Amino acid sequence: MSFEHSLTRLEQIAAALDREDLPLEEALKLFEEGITRLREANAALADAEGKVRTLLEQAEGVLEVKE
Amino acid sequence: MTGPGATAGEALSVHDLTSAAKDVLEGAFPKLWVRGEVSGFKAYPSGHWYFTLKDADAQLNAVVWKGATFKIPAKPSEGMQVMAYGQLTVWPASGKMQFSISQLMADGEGLWQKQFDETKARLEKEGLLDPARKRALPRFPRTVAVITSSEAAALRDICSVIHRRHPGVEIVVIPATVQGESAPDSLVAALELLGRWVRGESAFRGEGVPAPDVLIIGRGGGSREDLWAFNNELVARAIAACPIPTISAVGHETDVSIADLVADLRAATPSVAAEHAVPVLADLRANVAQLGGLMADGLQDRVDRGARELRNRADALTQRAQRVSERRRARLERIVTRLGQLAPRAIEKRRALVGRLAAALEGRSPLAVLGRGFVVARDADGRTLARRAAFAKGSSFDLLVQDGRVRATTDSVHADGPHLRTDA
Repeated sequence: MSFEHSLTRLEQIAAALDREDLPLEEALKLFEEGITRLREANAALADAEGKVRTLLEQAEGVLEVKE
Repeated sequence: MTGPGATAGEALSVHDLTSAAKDVLEGAFPKLWVRGEVSGFKAYPSGHWYFTLKDADAQLNAVVWKGATFKIPAKPSEGMQVMAYGQLTVWPASGKMQFSISQLMADGEGLWQKQFDETKARLEKEGLLDPARKRALPRFPRTVAVITSSEAAALRDICSVIHRRHPGVEIVVIPATVQGESAPDSLVAALELLGRWVRGESAFRGEGVPAPDVLIIGRGGGSREDLWAFNNELVARAIAACPIPTISAVGHETDVSIADLVADLRAATPSVAAEHAVPVLADLRANVAQLGGLMADGLQDRVDRGARELRNRADALTQRAQRVSERRRARLERIVTRLGQLAPRAIEKRRALVGRLAAALEGRSPLAVLGRGFVVARDADGRTLARRAAFAKGSSFDLLVQDGRVRATTDSVHADGPHLRTDA
């Protein structure tokens, strides 16, 4: 699941858990899913080093990115 | 006079003379600026422009060759006051003097504004500037494409702002010439390259670099002429056709280009474009952490509420159970009490009944008849002797009378006397 999806789902789950009429069992199920999404979201935000590359077109019409 | 053309015999060819005149004229007048009014403008299919520059007293044939027209933002309007830079020359083919123009400026911003307005009107008519066409930028881009000059400060600004905000975002630069004659073609080519990558139309070698989610296209500040490529109609159309959302950043805050109008978002400067393109990583982390907290709080509240509900129900049940058993006990007591009240009466009643029955039985007892003077004969075993066959001659029996017993002996037995039915 992409970061955007994880975050959107997290927002939905947080909102759902705030609902008065949510059955307890469902609340627990949602929370469990929320933990999974939380892990995914945090993994997506883990330290990573994005690079600056240049897009080039090779002679044979092949695109390539180079640092 | 001697030399070529001095005599009829030495007459020059027309070509030689006009060529010589051309040389003389070009030698006498360096390239210069001329001011005049545009009249009889005509753009030929060949791409050259012809018109007359005139004022109140004179006129001059003017030409803009195709190659030079590309540097002029728009065709001049009829009657427009212009400054033309060019070479005074002779065009041998027509034998006419003409001014060959390489630059053309209207008073003030005339031609630029004209070109801008015309291009804008055309794009508007096609709906390319419709606000409804504007796409939302991705909230979390993984790769940002940047189309600008690879040498310029604008690119360094963009990269440093992006990585300061979010060090994990990939940046892919598609270098383009951003000013001069070749700039529009170069920008269009860069946009096409990006389109082919994003649409997967070309083979791609990129070791896991995700295709861009958003494009920044632009350049730093410069003169009107420097920024001109971003008012080019073909560039505008290529931006409109870009498969990913576009942010334009051309020049400074006060410069508005056609590219700005057609892009999904206009940023005042390249740095601002970078800020729009990517979120701040720390903010994202805080956001995720906050959602986690909200979720935990939500569940905690839900569990607390559940526990409260459970407690309330247990209390209600206990109270109900108490109420129920109290009711039962009360009922039992009432029964016992009632029984207590009923029992003696019932006993009394029964006793009375027994008395009544006894009295009734008394009347029906065969012994009761003894009181009326009858006697009953019984043998030694107590059997009642009701028929004469039970009396054998000489046998003894008892006669039960009202107040006792009489021992008797059978003397004789006779068939006469009253016959009584005693089997009732």
